[in-house]
Amino acid sequence: MSPKPILSAFRQALSESWAGGAGALLPLGFFAGAAVLVPLGIGTEPGMLRAVGPGILWVSLALSSLVTLERIFQADVEDGALDLWLQAGAPVSAIAAAKTFAHWLTAGLPLALMSPVLALMFQAEAGIGLLTGPLIYGLGGLAFFFWGGVGAALSATVRRGGLLIALIALPLYVPTAIFGSMAMRGAALGDTAPLLLAASTLFALAAAPFAMAAALRLAAD
Amino acid sequence: MLSATNLGILRGERVLFEGVSLSVAPGEAVVLRGANGAGKTTLLRILAGLTRPEAGHVDRQATHHWIGHREGLKPHETPRAHLKLWAQAWGSDADIDAILGEMGLSRPSEVAARYLSAGQRRRTALARLMLDQRPLWLLDEPFTALDAEGREQLLALVANHRQSGGAVIAAIHGDAGFAASREVTL
Repeated sequence: MSPKPILSAFRQALSESWAGGAGALLPLGFFAGAAVLVPLGIGTEPGMLRAVGPGILWVSLALSSLVTLERIFQADVEDGALDLWLQAGAPVSAIAAAKTFAHWLTAGLPLALMSPVLALMFQAEAGIGLLTGPLIYGLGGLAFFFWGGVGAALSATVRRGGLLIALIALPLYVPTAIFGSMAMRGAALGDTAPLLLAASTLFALAAAPFAMAAALRLAAD
Repeated sequence: MLSATNLGILRGERVLFEGVSLSVAPGEAVVLRGANGAGKTTLLRILAGLTRPEAGHVDRQATHHWIGHREGLKPHETPRAHLKLWAQAWGSDADIDAILGEMGLSRPSEVAARYLSAGQRRRTALARLMLDQRPLWLLDEPFTALDAEGREQLLALVANHRQSGGAVIAAIHGDAGFAASREVTL
């Protein structure tokens, strides 16, 4: 087995996201929009904003991750590229993981990098939290994208599968959301929360590709 | 190179076909015939390993090229980018400029697929056949959208491939334009 098809799948997915133009910016706009609405809705009391901030950012991140996931496998079904990738001579799970990772790089990483700006709006104190924020939201977002990828693969042949992806993926987001908010609040489990978050992300990276591969084989069948 | 025995498949509640057997040896060309909806594409997908049959089994002894009726081109990809991507994926060091020239794609080589005509997209897909030497070609309606010149080029490719010991299984409507070793009617 050669890793070349996997690299090619990664490259194609990267160029596809960029070629979409606004495609990669869409989740970013959605993320910012959703998070900005909350302070407008609940008022500007700093203590309250500080308390709800991390939770709101996790919810916004989870929803933003779903914005563009619909197309990552559906487009391959429609244009026939899926048939080629299934016969490319590399494990389908590795191809799916490469595509999902490329998608996270273009649509998920910008969300993590923007999180400190949004955290400031929620009165987060400038300091360590602002530096670890992107790391925590990046880790959590990676898990969101991989679980979302399972939903995307399962609904690849469904017209308007966006809502279906949300229904499939949101329950899988639960552990990441729990450990992620704990890590951002630095409460309860204290320092172990980031480790638990990292563990749940590793689990997503290890398990989701196999589920995606099985779903994609079914989609081509 | 490939032999399939007693293939059968259900589509929904309906038996699409059953008891289909075929085999292909070096230099041969098998043509799949049948009305629209008879299952030619499904049979090709089973032979390629994309679809699992409900009955029977396929024995593949050679690598194959797949040219489906959906070309596998991304809307933003140019013919050159498409061929380069698959050359890299397959570890091929074929001369892409030469292949583009041979398929009459030199002029639109930098045009995104969404602006290409159906025939140009089909030529780009067919150009993949030249990236990598593979003994078996699985072609689904390969002449669709091709003009007379494109048709001649494809026929020349097939003749060349068969002469050098390759085999072809193709679903074709109407005149195949080459001598089929066997026809399988669904």
